[in-house]
Amino acid sequence: MSFESVIKIVTENWPMFLRGAGVTLLISMVGTIIGALIGLLIGVFRTIPRPDRLFKRIIHRVLGGLFSAYIEIFRGTPMIVQAMVIYYGSAMAFGIDMDRLYAAIFIVSINTGAYMSEIVRGGIVSIDKGQFEAAQAIGMNHIQTMRHVVLPQVMRNILPATSNEFVINIKDTSVLNVISVTELYFQTKTIAGNNFKYFESFLIACIIYFVMTFTVTRILRFIERKMDGPDNYMMAGNQMQVTTPQFKEQS
Amino acid sequence: MQPVIEIQHLKKSFGSHEVLKDIDFTVNKGEVVSIIGSSGSGKSTLLRCINLLEKPTGGQIIYQGENILDDTHDMNAYRKNLGMVFQQFNLFNNHNALGNCVIGQRKVLKRSKKEAEDVAMNYLRDVGMEQYIHAKPKHLSGGQKQRVAIARALAMEPDVLLFDEPTSALDPEMVGEVLNVMKSLAHTGLTMLIVTHEMEFAREVSDRIVFMDQGVIVEQGPAQQLFDNPTEERTKAFLRRF
Ligand SMILES: Nc1ncnc2c1ncn2[C@@H]1O[C@H](COP(=O)(O)OP(=O)(O)OP(=O)(O)O)[C@@H](O)[C@H]1O
Ligand SMILES: [Mg+2]
Repeated sequence: MSFESVIKIVTENWPMFLRGAGVTLLISMVGTIIGALIGLLIGVFRTIPRPDRLFKRIIHRVLGGLFSAYIEIFRGTPMIVQAMVIYYGSAMAFGIDMDRLYAAIFIVSINTGAYMSEIVRGGIVSIDKGQFEAAQAIGMNHIQTMRHVVLPQVMRNILPATSNEFVINIKDTSVLNVISVTELYFQTKTIAGNNFKYFESFLIACIIYFVMTFTVTRILRFIERKMDGPDNYMMAGNQMQVTTPQFKEQS
Repeated sequence: MQPVIEIQHLKKSFGSHEVLKDIDFTVNKGEVVSIIGSSGSGKSTLLRCINLLEKPTGGQIIYQGENILDDTHDMNAYRKNLGMVFQQFNLFNNHNALGNCVIGQRKVLKRSKKEAEDVAMNYLRDVGMEQYIHAKPKHLSGGQKQRVAIARALAMEPDVLLFDEPTSALDPEMVGEVLNVMKSLAHTGLTMLIVTHEMEFAREVSDRIVFMDQGVIVEQGPAQQLFDNPTEERTKAFLRRF
């Protein structure tokens, strides 16, 4: 291996590397976002208290069962196998020829959704019971409590886990080369197949993967810190502190 | 005297453990009532049953002439008429002090942003927290959090304000600031129901004291009478500890 040959591969193939990196980033980013939304919906559903009415309770049970099955199955099987089953299975069963890119996004989304459902549920369960009670005590219903009090805190709490999923997805989309999506690994394989410089080509891919995961991690850390706000509080205005509270008489 | 809430034969069990046994009890308009009693006697459970954070297992709660334990009754519509101040403050961590006092008004009472903020500011000023309106709960001391929590409850303009040991989680030097706020409130004619271990305070602000033991109301009466001339043996035993 020589440094020159690496440079040569880059200069000759940079558009392919770039496109591969772009597709990888697109699949993993969209997949993580959709997956997180799936996770939010299922996670919230799984914390709804059991309804009192029989009909609602049956629906609640059935949906709960389906969601559990979904989570177990997708967490319990490798994504590379899911990709084959879904891509070739949909072609065989329904005669649909899925666009490879959409298929890839679909697979990453539902796979991430299975993991995120558990993360969201954990995030909701970890919110102090007092937050729910205070919301209920002022008359908020379950949806209002979730929307205005609980979920904003859950989102903040699950951000590190979501970043983690994003990074895992950037790396794991490489398995989608089995359905010939033109992501970074697939592109590198093609490049290396032409120039027979496997080591150099994959070294370049390696560096690109690392730069992507490193940058994404840093950006999301920055967002986390931004969301947390400053550590100290500056008092508004500089009026004298009121020591004895004054209340008006109630009429 | 006009009753705000009437409790009749209220019962609450956790599994086979009967925590409230046949409680009869009325809170009248403008009255300040303190509930005292030893740990585990069911004081918190009673308060939590009144605003339905716990579902009573029997009895009735009459509010505005209706039993709100009827299946048909809208729980949330009833709850917005009661304010609750918790021992652990329970401020919404994702909102600042002002936001804590605004969100319920906006979403439950459907007030406009302007009106909700004006009302919130008034009460935050009353509790001496107007300088901290943009502070998140994590920036506030325990006493400050509790004062914001009181303002949050007041901003809903409830018929009754329930307090569950509002100073028990506070460092001793912060107890005073919260009790002072509550004393001022007591003088405004607000109806208050307070669970407390602060006997001096209870005696000073309360129109009536209720003594609970093992899930029943043992004795109740005007503060002076209950503290100075209790009739029941259990009350005497409890008060001797102070
Ligand atoms: N959610 C619950 N599940 C089971 N038991 C409970 C629950 N909440 C309260 N209890 C029990 O009910 C009894 C009364 O509790 P409660 O909290 O009402 O007492 P308290 O008078 O408020 O006491 P303290 O002064 O310590 O706050 C206790 O024995 C307690 O263990
Ligand atoms: Mg208690």
